[in-house]
Amino acid sequence: MIRRLVLALDDRLGAAPFLRHALRKAFPDHWSFMLGEVAAYCFVFIVLSGTYLTFFFHPSGHHAIYHGHAVPSLDGRAVSDAYASVLRISLETQAGLLIRQAHHWCALLFAAAVITHMARVFFTGAFRKPRELNWLIGLTLLLLVMGDGFTGYSLPDDQLSGAGLRIAQSIALSVPVIGSWAAYLFFGGGFPSPEMTNRLYAIHILFIPLALGALIALHVAILWHQKHTQFPGKRQRENNVVGSPLWPTYAVKSLALMAATFGVLLLLGGLVEINPVWQYGPYDPWTVASPAQPDWYVGWLDGALRVAPPWAIHLGRHTISALLWPGIVLPGCLFGALYAWPWLEGYVTRDREYHELLQFPWQNPLRTSFGVAALTFAGMLLLAGSDDVQARLWRVSVQQLAWFYHIAVWVVPPVAAAIAWRVCVELQARHAYEEDHPSRVVLKRAAEGGFEEEPVPTP
Amino acid sequence: MIALLAAAFATVAALAPPPALTALASTTSAGQPKPPLTHVAAPAPPRSDRVKVGGDLYAVHCIHCHGDKLQGTPYGPGLSASGAADLDFQLSTGRMPLEVPATEPMRGPPSFPRAQIDAIVAYVVSHGGNGPDIPSVHASADLTRGRKIFEENCQACHGATGTGAVAGFGWLAPAVLQSTPLQTAEAVRAGPGIMPKFDAHQIPQADLDALVAYVDTLHRPDDRGGYSLASAGPVGEGLIAWLIGLGCTVLVMFAVGETLKTTPRV
Repeated sequence: MIRRLVLALDDRLGAAPFLRHALRKAFPDHWSFMLGEVAAYCFVFIVLSGTYLTFFFHPSGHHAIYHGHAVPSLDGRAVSDAYASVLRISLETQAGLLIRQAHHWCALLFAAAVITHMARVFFTGAFRKPRELNWLIGLTLLLLVMGDGFTGYSLPDDQLSGAGLRIAQSIALSVPVIGSWAAYLFFGGGFPSPEMTNRLYAIHILFIPLALGALIALHVAILWHQKHTQFPGKRQRENNVVGSPLWPTYAVKSLALMAATFGVLLLLGGLVEINPVWQYGPYDPWTVASPAQPDWYVGWLDGALRVAPPWAIHLGRHTISALLWPGIVLPGCLFGALYAWPWLEGYVTRDREYHELLQFPWQNPLRTSFGVAALTFAGMLLLAGSDDVQARLWRVSVQQLAWFYHIAVWVVPPVAAAIAWRVCVELQARHAYEEDHPSRVVLKRAAEGGFEEEPVPTP
Repeated sequence: MIALLAAAFATVAALAPPPALTALASTTSAGQPKPPLTHVAAPAPPRSDRVKVGGDLYAVHCIHCHGDKLQGTPYGPGLSASGAADLDFQLSTGRMPLEVPATEPMRGPPSFPRAQIDAIVAYVVSHGGNGPDIPSVHASADLTRGRKIFEENCQACHGATGTGAVAGFGWLAPAVLQSTPLQTAEAVRAGPGIMPKFDAHQIPQADLDALVAYVDTLHRPDDRGGYSLASAGPVGEGLIAWLIGLGCTVLVMFAVGETLKTTPRV
């Protein structure tokens, strides 16, 4: 059937040489190369489920009175049109709650898949020349996913949405010189403004998804052109690509993964509650509930706000807000370092070569320990962002826990990096030893009773 | 990454048993046996008898920490500002008497039957306990009003879903899910522990009735979305996304992909 389709296309477009080449493209077989595919399938799923939600969602901050028997405690309550429409999607629309919850779960999985994919690329050195461009695009995709997640979290206008937006606005205000203009421009006035939901909506469903789609296309096109990297092996060399052909072997594997991704998202959407906005209630600017957390991919920024020192600087009539350091400078430095890493590493190692073969993490202790430190740092910030939930769980004082994280955020990453470094060095030594002492030996018993060790040459 | 996952496992392990608060409450009440009941009071004895019975109970169970003249001791506060609402709340929710002085009282089964609680309350009030009296609670159908009162006054500490949260310096704002309507009203008026008092100027009687009716609905949360993971909010959701969402897809990757069978020489 595929053959007939290819022939039909070739008759009309002369596409056979391209298709023959494309369908036989080799994909590496190692499982970790599929993490990025989960992210791509998440993008497909989130666009499809989001499209369904746009049929019913009202991106409007105008006042509405909610009437519904589903939530007796909100019947007759003055709420925003956006919140009322999310209640209707969740409680009255066919499959509305299933799709809304699956959409939200997809956002959480999307970010997790992107980050684990990037960890694979980072720790194996896949970003090295000639693939630095795709590393930059990938980092930008991560930022876009976080941005789209946060704007989506902000749309329902429930209590958590409003609290998160208020924090985002405060961080925008903390930027020196342009901060207040930027915040007023973005929110269309002060906070909360009637324009805000509208603008977030345009960003959430139009600008960021378009940018995501375009950059994902570019990401894959570059990958297609440059071909995959691969782990070194007996057959894998710098000048070849070993793997399964796209059709039929790899396509079937990939479709299985797509089915699994969609399946787990729909199962979560149907069975596990996420963001029950009818329980949280509508956002009133003068109320806030405790505990209140953002979605996990923004949680590390919340944690940064919680552990940051109160360094406000007063310069005459001007004040530099204490929010600037954790809200802008810290994520800026972290992402700046990640953007610059391919060149930083190249500068240190004086490596200007092309690399088609990957490295194992232990082969590059510097990179591995930096990656471990960065991930541990973000992880500690993420934990610090839920310190109040942990304090309740473990029955300790939240102040003591906050102090613990104040210190741990700076102490744990270097310790983890040192451990990673040591493990890499030990593994290097072990591999060098095995190189010098081939393990294949033959024991020969001599006639007089002793044993003799004879190495077998490795093939 | 490893640190993240380890922390995730630890938190899930801690979250998995029934809601954390009940577990915490039971550890304090299960550790040592409660003080024995002295006797079973006859139904509604005359007032003077009640005060006398209450005095006997006070002398056995309360005097050590609160003092012989309700003046307080190093182990516990004075009771001169405690009215019937506060006393009845503390005793009927099992918070008093404390097993270990100067620890945070936690909800548990009450140590005394109803008549003995009334007797202790009568004794303390007749000996100078001066604070809000036991409030009256009327049925109310105005859940919308009650929810608004809850959102404006209560959820900052007790959480939007009433599951409780930390209140700082080791104190806990407890879950309100197990409270009876009367206990909720008593807590509002008396402000037990570090909770503020809300008098009739702040929350008028009709609002109190609506609030109590709304709080009474919280122990049957509308979890129509499915399993709620102890209402842990985005923290629990993040754990599930990593462990179940990414976990399942990685298992499929293992199934269809390959692993490095031999470590190649480099």
